[in-house]
Amino acid sequence: MKKKTVFSYVTLLLVLTLVLAGCGNQNNNPANPNNSGNDGGSEGQEEARAFRLNLHSEPPSLDPALMEDNVSGTIATGIYEGLTRKDESGNTVEGMAESWEISEDGKTYTFKIRSDAKWSNGDPVTANDFEFAWKRALDPAIGSTYAYQFYYIAGAQDYNEGKTTNADAVGVKALDAQTLEVKLNSPTPYFLGLTSFYTYNPVHQSAKENAGWAADAATIIGNGPFKMGEWQHNTSIKLVPNENYYAKDQVKFTSVDFTMIADSATELANYETDQLDYTGKPTGEIPAEQIPVLAESKKDEFHQVGTASSYYYMFNMEKAPFNNVKVRKALAMAIDRQSIVEDITQAGELPAFGFVPPGIVGVKGDYRDEVKDDFFKEDVEEAKKLLAEGLEELGLSSFPEVKLTYNTNDSHKAIADAIVDMWKTNLGITVGTGNEEWAVFLENRTAMNYEIQRAGWGADYNDPMTYMDMFVTKGGQNNTGFASAEYDALIQKAYASSDQQERIDAMKEAEKILMDQLPILPIYYYSSVYMLKPGFENIYLDYKGDIEYTRGYYVAK
Amino acid sequence: MLKYVSKKFLSMLASLFVLASATFFLMKLIPGDPFLREKAIPEKIKESLYAMYGLDQPIWKQYLMYLNNLLHGDLGMSMKQQYMSVTRIIKDSFVYSAQIGVLAIIVSVAAGLILGIIAALNHRKLLDSLTIVVAVLGVSIPNFLAASALQYVFGLKLRLLDVSGLNDWTDYIMPVLALSFLPAAFIARLTRSTMLEVLSADYIKTARSKGLSGRIILVRHALRNAILPVVTYIGPMTANIITGSVVVEQIFGIGGIGKFFVQSITNRDYTLIMGLTLFYGIILMVARFLTDVAYGFVDPRIKLSRGKGAK
Repeated sequence: MKKKTVFSYVTLLLVLTLVLAGCGNQNNNPANPNNSGNDGGSEGQEEARAFRLNLHSEPPSLDPALMEDNVSGTIATGIYEGLTRKDESGNTVEGMAESWEISEDGKTYTFKIRSDAKWSNGDPVTANDFEFAWKRALDPAIGSTYAYQFYYIAGAQDYNEGKTTNADAVGVKALDAQTLEVKLNSPTPYFLGLTSFYTYNPVHQSAKENAGWAADAATIIGNGPFKMGEWQHNTSIKLVPNENYYAKDQVKFTSVDFTMIADSATELANYETDQLDYTGKPTGEIPAEQIPVLAESKKDEFHQVGTASSYYYMFNMEKAPFNNVKVRKALAMAIDRQSIVEDITQAGELPAFGFVPPGIVGVKGDYRDEVKDDFFKEDVEEAKKLLAEGLEELGLSSFPEVKLTYNTNDSHKAIADAIVDMWKTNLGITVGTGNEEWAVFLENRTAMNYEIQRAGWGADYNDPMTYMDMFVTKGGQNNTGFASAEYDALIQKAYASSDQQERIDAMKEAEKILMDQLPILPIYYYSSVYMLKPGFENIYLDYKGDIEYTRGYYVAK
Repeated sequence: MLKYVSKKFLSMLASLFVLASATFFLMKLIPGDPFLREKAIPEKIKESLYAMYGLDQPIWKQYLMYLNNLLHGDLGMSMKQQYMSVTRIIKDSFVYSAQIGVLAIIVSVAAGLILGIIAALNHRKLLDSLTIVVAVLGVSIPNFLAASALQYVFGLKLRLLDVSGLNDWTDYIMPVLALSFLPAAFIARLTRSTMLEVLSADYIKTARSKGLSGRIILVRHALRNAILPVVTYIGPMTANIITGSVVVEQIFGIGGIGKFFVQSITNRDYTLIMGLTLFYGIILMVARFLTDVAYGFVDPRIKLSRGKGAK
């Protein structure tokens, strides 16, 4: 161990020398928008160093077409860049595209690819690479489970579902090396934001010859701020700056080192012993019982941010007694959400009385600010009355035997136990609980073989639609039996319109119907908790809790 | 000897075939499949994924295909980790498990034997009682508790060792110790009791009366007999330890093979489930086979063939 200490001193000395030698340059660098705040005083100097965080587990794929989880997505943020990217305030800004034009009807997008866009091997990134990547993901033969992300593009769904085998029918075309034209089915105001999502990343043409190109560091060609340095499967990934990146001056970390530690206590121990600079969401986790302790003892390092995800229960509306709206309402009104987030989850979650979580864009600001979630209230007396009425309407003398199922997880269990207890105390009804292993749980959901089931939903893109279109009649995610022609019409109206006010109004009405009928019982809106060592700047979580680290830097205090 | 080995080998093959077949059909009985997602996958995509892995065929055909591939040494591609072969997943992760496992075996056997002998030679004295206390503790403390305690004390509090990872030799200390406690304690107890039995046997008394020195008696006569039950135990222990401990590997953040035993089933990663089962089966059988052979070396009374024993 001694050897290590000496080594780290030597490294520190070397790094300091380098930084001192180079800082004159760095501080005058206009490309770094974050310098202004640090130039002022003797506060500290930017220091070139690595950023170390936990990835939790092996990314199942690093091929943009095949990625489907946030572990893979976290690496993708570093090694790829789409037409656009997100800045630190969550705005969509220029990425591989330096500019774009949107047609009058909002259905045609023309992107200009920047001329200095390069792959990590030095090849230029062209509009053809995007056309190739998107059509490749849509090709049913490749088996992309996230290809539906492209369904806004004209002809994409037909091609993906095999209704046509002609890829030319898909509305994406490279007019020349620098110009990409995209034709949409309907005006989709959030389409631009989608182009920064990992499924939309370009793919190098070498993927044609090597289907398994993304399984090894050596064969991965990316176009992001970083490139693959080292990939020890199931152990670690090291990203190093990509010298071919057009904005390489903005990249400050000497490397981004990911460990794959599955145990949250071990992750925290690594953070506490300075082996990690970051711990917690999205890819790591702080042990739940440690959260209140750390929030107190490490105030400067502890962060808590809202995350656009909802936690709720689904009712099976095809089975009694949940085919009765009064019964559903009674159950929704008879629980104490504040106590659940304060006493059980304890990570700053917000009680939910609607379906769309905060963090989703509305007309001008946050949708949840513009449309208050006061669709129903917690009221035990009213709930009792509704339950009695509901059961009478159903011709039931007592509450039937039902079960609340959740996928195996300590936190889900604690919440389920608490809610069942609240129902017992407040309504005098007994509801059983039980856990199911994930795959079994999903099978039962799809087959609607449940009475009440736990569910959660995170945003795919930043628009209320990512939540609202789930509950259209017979929708793929609507496993509750909820069917409302009025609801469907409102969703269609929002789909067809390019006027944001009109869209939001339609979705607001739809949410009102949903919260009036309550096929689901909202419980809370998620939050993300993480800790970051002092000195690290410009590391942040976006609206849906994904981490952005590519422009991060370190200032010695 | 040759006849014995070939007989053993054939029975191993038969066992493997039964193991592979039983696992294959049992696995297909679990609800769910590898491509079940919270967001339903379009039918066409599901079809092409099924076709990619041959899941669109009837079960019996899948079974025959599987056996055919197996004969060619092909364990297939993982259904979760894209474009990773099962062989590679096993190879990459087994390296870590095997390194830690082999060290743990050496530590367990050495520590167990030494403690056992010390205890037996100091029968009913202080050292004996101490060893028994240590052994009882070792047997009753589960390895995940030992691992967490070691990590907390040496990693987090004293900061003498890194809390996780396998980057230099010092990183091996804690996981190896955590894995060794139980087998070492077990071997110590085993050695002690058989040693006590052997030391009071007639032939030891004879050796003593012949005037042989204590050390010769101990090594040539007593230990040789006392080690027999230990050898029996080493076989299954080896298989268990080197195929990885899910919990110890998880606590020390080691990318070993242990976690795949659980993960592959959760993911319904059919090819990986089969690959791991066979791999574990082979390790277990080979370990037992070697134990049988080792028996012959240690104890000439056990004959492996018609000839004069393995010696």
